[in-house]
Amino acid sequence: MTFAIQFLIDVLSLGGAYALMALGLVVVFGILRLVNFAYGELIMVAGYTMFLVSGSGLPWLVMAAVAVVMAILASIATDYVAFRPVRAKSVTAVLITSFAFSTLLQNAALLFISPRPRTVPLPDMFSQVVVIGGVITPMRNLITIAAAVILLGLFALLMRRTVLGIAMRAAATNFTMARMLGVPSNVIISAAFAISGLLAGVVGLLWIGRIGTVVPGIGLGPLLIAFIATVIGGMRSLSGAVIGGFLLAFIDTSLNYTLPQDLLKFRDAFTFSLVILILLWRPEGLIKGPATGQRT
Amino acid sequence: MLEVTDLEVRYGAIRAVRGISLSVAKGELVALIGANGAGKSSTLMCIAGALNAAAGSVRLAGEDVTSATPEKMVRKGVATVPETRDVFPDLTVSENLRLGSYIRRHDTAGIAQDQEHMFGLFPVLAERAAQPAGTLSGGEQQMLVIARAMMSRPTVLLLDEPSLGLAPVIVDQIFAMIAELKASGLTILLVEQNVAKALLVADRAYVMRLGTVSTSGTAAEISANTDLSALYLGG
Repeated sequence: MTFAIQFLIDVLSLGGAYALMALGLVVVFGILRLVNFAYGELIMVAGYTMFLVSGSGLPWLVMAAVAVVMAILASIATDYVAFRPVRAKSVTAVLITSFAFSTLLQNAALLFISPRPRTVPLPDMFSQVVVIGGVITPMRNLITIAAAVILLGLFALLMRRTVLGIAMRAAATNFTMARMLGVPSNVIISAAFAISGLLAGVVGLLWIGRIGTVVPGIGLGPLLIAFIATVIGGMRSLSGAVIGGFLLAFIDTSLNYTLPQDLLKFRDAFTFSLVILILLWRPEGLIKGPATGQRT
Repeated sequence: MLEVTDLEVRYGAIRAVRGISLSVAKGELVALIGANGAGKSSTLMCIAGALNAAAGSVRLAGEDVTSATPEKMVRKGVATVPETRDVFPDLTVSENLRLGSYIRRHDTAGIAQDQEHMFGLFPVLAERAAQPAGTLSGGEQQMLVIARAMMSRPTVLLLDEPSLGLAPVIVDQIFAMIAELKASGLTILLVEQNVAKALLVADRAYVMRLGTVSTSGTAAEISANTDLSALYLGG
C-alpha cells in the first residue's frame, strides 16, 4: 500500500511537470505547425530571473511571479524575433531562427552571467517533507501536483469557455477559416506564445526547485521531454500532450523502481526504446489531432 | 458597394485570374458563374483577403481594401463562406456559431438573439447545437457555415459554391435560404457551378472563362443568350 502511494505521488508529480512542459510546446505547435526550439530557454529565463532578483528581499511569491512574467515576455519575444519575420516565407527558416534564438539566449547567459550553476532562491516549503499514508514525500512533489491540477484546469476552462480559447482551437484546425471569421491571427499567435511562456515559467520554477540551481543549458532536458511527450500524445492534440506527459512520467518512474542499480544510469535508453515501441504501434501518437492541417 | 477592377491573382507563374472587373450594388445578388478552373473561387478568396492580388484593386463602399487581411474584411462587414465548407469539426455547432460572432464578442445579448434567429432559420442546427460540427451531414454543414457567416452581421456575403455535392432537395433549401437573405437586404456575390439555380436567384451575372469575364448582364439576358451547357464544358 505504501509503495502504491509512493509510486502514485511520484508519477503524478513528475507527470504533472511533464504534462505542463508538453502543453506549453504543443499550444504553439498546434497553431503554427512549428516546433519552438527556443522553448527550453524560457525555463532558463525563469531560472535566471529568480537568480537576479534573489537579492531584492522581495517575498518569494513576488519573485516567482516576476520570473513567470519574464518567461511570458521572452516567449512573446521569440515570436517577434524568430517566428513572425519569416513565418509566412519558409518552414526551414523558422526552424533555424528558433534554434538560433535558443543558442543566442544560452550564450547570453554564458556571457553575462556565468557558465557555472547559480543558486536560485527557494521557499522552505520546497525542502520540507510530509508524511502521507506512511509515505515520506518531499513537499515540492505535492506543490507540483497542485500546480499541474490548477494550471491544467484553468487551461481547459480557457479553451472550452472563452471565445479566445474557442478561437485558438479553431485556429489550430483551420487558421485561414478562423481569420475569415474575423479572428485576428496576430492576437491568437501572441496568446499562444503567452500561454506557452506561462506554462514554461511555472514549470521552470518547479523544475529548478528539484535541484536549486540554474545553468545556461537547463532548458535542454525539458525541451526534449516536452517534445517526446508531444510526439507520444499525437503532436497536434492538447489532451494528447497531457496524456503523453503522464505516460512518459509513468515509464520513467516505473524504470526508476524496477531497473537494477547499475543499469539506472541508462534509464533514458530504456525510456526511448519504449517510446519507439509506442510509436511503432501508433505512428500518429495516442490521440489524433484535428482533421485538417493547413499551415499559415 | 463592391467594386473589383482589373483584378489579377497568381499562383506562382500561373495567372488564375487575369484582370477581372465586376461590381455588386447594395442589396444586389450577383452570380459569378463558369466552368471549373475559370478562376471564380480565386476571385472570391482574393476579395475576402485570403489571397493576395497580383494587380488590380478591390473597393468596398469606395474604400480601397485590395490588401486588407481576411480578419479586417470581416470587420468591414464582408463575410465569406468558402467552398471547402470549413466547419471546425472538433468544435460544437454552438461554438462554431459563437466564433462567427467573434468581431462583436462583447455584445452578449445581440449574439444570443442572433443565435436564436439562426436556429429559427435552420432548426436542424438547434437540434445539434451541442454536437461536434464534424458529425453533421454535408447539407447541415453548409447551413452551419452560412449561419456562422451571418453571425458577424455582414453587409456583404461572399458565397462560394453553396450547392457543391449536396442532394437536390438540400440544394433547393439552400437556394431558398439565399433568396431570403437577399430579401433581407444583404448584398451577395455568389459563385456557383449550378448555373440554372444561380440565375434563378441572381439579379445579374458574370460568366468567367479562363480567368477573365467573357459575358455579363442581367440574369435574364444571360439565361436567354448564353449556351449554358457550354459553360459546364468550359467552352
